[in-house]
Amino acid sequence: MPSDEDEMLREMGLRSVDDLFGDIPAAVRIPKLDIPDGLPEDRVVARVTSMLAANRTAVDMPTFLGGGLYDHFVPASVRAVVSRSEFYTSYTPYQPEISQGLLQALWEYQSLICELTGMDAANTSMYDGSTALGEAARMAHRIHGGRIFLIPRALRHNRRAVLANYVLGAGLEVREVDYDPESGMLDLAKLKGSLSPDVCGVYIENPNFFGRFEEQLEEIRAMTNAVLVVGVNPIAQAVVRPPGDFGADIVVGEGQPLGTQMNFGGPLLGIFACRQQHIRKMPGRVIGLTRDTKGHRAFCMTLQTREQHIRREKAMSNICTNESLLAVAAAAYMAILGSNGLRRVAAENIRRAKELAGAIDKITGFEAPLFHGAHFNEFVIRRKKGYAPVHRALLEKGIHGGLPLTRQLPELSDAALFATTGRHTPEAVQCLLGALEAFR
Amino acid sequence: MPARCVGGLPVNFRQAYWDEPLLMEKRSAPDSAIDLSDLVPAKIRRDQLAIPNLSEHDVVRHFTRLSQMNFGIDTGFYPLGSCTMKFNPKFTEELAALPTVTRIHPDQDESTVQGALRVLYELQDLLARIAGMDAVTLQPAAGAQGEYTGLLLAQAYHRERGEERHEVIIPDTAHGTNPASAGMLGFDLIEIPSKDGRVDLEALEAATGPKTLALMLTNPNTLGIFEEHVLDIAQIVHDAGGLLYYDGANFNAILGRTSPGKMNFDIVHFNLHKTFTTPHGGGGPGAGPVGVKKPLEPFLPVPVIGLNGRGYHLNYDRPKSIGKVRAWYGNFALLVRAYAYILRMGGDGLREVSDRAVLNANYIRHRLAGVLDVPFGGLRKHEFVASAAKLAAERGVRTVDLAKRLMDFGYHPPTVYFPHLVEEALMIEPTETETKETLDGFVEALKKIMKEDPETLHSAPHNTAVARVDEVQAAREPILSWRTLKSRKPLS
Repeated sequence: MPSDEDEMLREMGLRSVDDLFGDIPAAVRIPKLDIPDGLPEDRVVARVTSMLAANRTAVDMPTFLGGGLYDHFVPASVRAVVSRSEFYTSYTPYQPEISQGLLQALWEYQSLICELTGMDAANTSMYDGSTALGEAARMAHRIHGGRIFLIPRALRHNRRAVLANYVLGAGLEVREVDYDPESGMLDLAKLKGSLSPDVCGVYIENPNFFGRFEEQLEEIRAMTNAVLVVGVNPIAQAVVRPPGDFGADIVVGEGQPLGTQMNFGGPLLGIFACRQQHIRKMPGRVIGLTRDTKGHRAFCMTLQTREQHIRREKAMSNICTNESLLAVAAAAYMAILGSNGLRRVAAENIRRAKELAGAIDKITGFEAPLFHGAHFNEFVIRRKKGYAPVHRALLEKGIHGGLPLTRQLPELSDAALFATTGRHTPEAVQCLLGALEAFR
Repeated sequence: MPARCVGGLPVNFRQAYWDEPLLMEKRSAPDSAIDLSDLVPAKIRRDQLAIPNLSEHDVVRHFTRLSQMNFGIDTGFYPLGSCTMKFNPKFTEELAALPTVTRIHPDQDESTVQGALRVLYELQDLLARIAGMDAVTLQPAAGAQGEYTGLLLAQAYHRERGEERHEVIIPDTAHGTNPASAGMLGFDLIEIPSKDGRVDLEALEAATGPKTLALMLTNPNTLGIFEEHVLDIAQIVHDAGGLLYYDGANFNAILGRTSPGKMNFDIVHFNLHKTFTTPHGGGGPGAGPVGVKKPLEPFLPVPVIGLNGRGYHLNYDRPKSIGKVRAWYGNFALLVRAYAYILRMGGDGLREVSDRAVLNANYIRHRLAGVLDVPFGGLRKHEFVASAAKLAAERGVRTVDLAKRLMDFGYHPPTVYFPHLVEEALMIEPTETETKETLDGFVEALKKIMKEDPETLHSAPHNTAVARVDEVQAAREPILSWRTLKSRKPLS
């Protein structure tokens, strides 16, 4: 039997597939790609596996990094759900009749995020927590009109850097509000001094960059009519009153803790939720509930007139491809754990961080947590004689310490941000404490 | 029951329908008490969370049923134009699930992530070679973010030369993300009309000037037509001091035949979830790396992945950098998949990818001759745009009806009503991983549908999980969450 290619060419009256490339002018043609020829599947698997084996992982190197991404346990059932190829090999659900499964899963994700945050609406995702913040600042400007957006000075540098690039087109000025050096929470006197009628939005994180719970949402809301944007850790939300209770307008956050592994920082899940009154100014894809012609409940993408493929240069955002599969993973994760499981995980994280900080604080020369008061699952430790040598010594012992804060905030150059989750074994914690003891 | 034709044999299709309740409608186990008094200050403590407590088995069953009401490329033919829905190889899924991928934190010391950095470094190099560019950043999370990054790079380049340019030119066939990216950055948009489905050089010349920041172009364009005058286009833009931006959405058409670099583009974004087949996940994640020519390299986002005597490292010491567009280094788990795919295909295999993708598209177009009009003459590359305008005028059957009816035969519809300059458009992109048998079946189904009673089409689809969905109602009174649904009267 002739090959597919030969038969198709014959049917089209062509001699070679080259005939189909006759419209590419000689001046721009290339003879071939300047990369090696292909390899069999087994050799590629062997080669890439062996390259990646040069990585040290949290499996055998106790790692106390957080700072926006966390090594939580992910039940195997979450991966089983997102491994359904009907989900992961589908495109954006433009045709709702044949895509009801994904649409319902995404609508459920939106609903669960609303329960966590106390908002009425959520989109199906932004690229990550940092771009969700960037989009929130732009939306605050659309709602309010003011040209200044206030953020905490104690903010992870990558979020600050991404925000700077997202507000360029809107001409927004980002101003920082310092933290209280005792509590690590936002300095309300300084916030008050920064407020003006031209402030379109105020951004607060709870827990904040230091892992400290931000307990002043109510006071902050009362201080301003600007759009209040709250950044959350979704796991912490299981035990913390939702921003909706405090009158927040927009809630953003990094959704990775909900059922996605760290993956060296990507893909991630940008959470974005808001009040019903703002939905037409919201960026991103949203799923709505409706009926089919026979009266069955059905779902479809909606409010698309806000989006790039309809509104083009006037769109709320340019986002098209997003992180939908991670939203499905988050929905599966929340459904598997339920409120009982989520609250247990959150409480366990707090307890462990508290115990770890307490144990480190007992070691002479170390102070932990540096800021007084309640924390979620990370906290700042300080060593007056300097943290850098400790970090290097831990690495030599096969332990990865927390995030050194030198590049984040110069006054904390002798400090680091340590995180823990339910995944750290007692042995791993003992290992860390033993190594720190050596610096007594 | 309608039948689709595979190899001349009729095959029946009917999608599963589970009248599956919402997670929140299922019976929940009671909340268990938890003592938070020592853990969370009373002022911010939460007493309850309205997320149901279900059995793990029930949750897995719920999502399995939902998946059965969804259609992926593993289910059937998915000729969604501009989206390059090709086979997602399974071995890359296995690689991406390795703990050496999943269990590494991006803030780890460089010495502990040499494998990851090497993959990124080598992928940058491979993509640069494939595109004929000098340097690549892997940071952007998707194509649209690649565009945003590319325009920031162009702006930084012009500013370095003491020029403030703010006009972005796009053809009227451009993807919606092009104008949206320019709009988000506050640039002025100049849309130029097409002439015979191609860039009108006179219109381009008239639109170009000292304020031109860049022209954004995809080649082949969204009609699947190769812009033969691409070097003249480049000349016009470059003579005015502007830059040329290549939208990589249609890269699957030209691998190993030409490259954006060879066509004199200065900036290019790749859609790894299209050309390099990372699975699209029902809307994402994707990955949108950006390649540039040498003069733009200093402006790339930080960190740049470098190699020196001590190994691979993350270089933040880049004073001219535009900064960051997302946290960390890109969608790593997708980058690993794309890297493995490129090694598997190689230079020879990637050229075959485009050969077959173009052959498949032209074959369907050939077989549809006399069935559906395809406006504008000449060859097509990886996709083409047909028009159902005549059918609409003669029989009152519109593109939307054809699309809905195709689902009854087990096909995902093509992209519809885009690009806007074609009336009643159907944009068909088969990709290289489809056999002639599949393409023939699709053509036969389409031919059969065109002869059907209009009423059958107007009321289609009939065999999907639900019937035609009322999208107008969804937008009129948006219900985007369970909270909102509970607070409303039931839908009448």
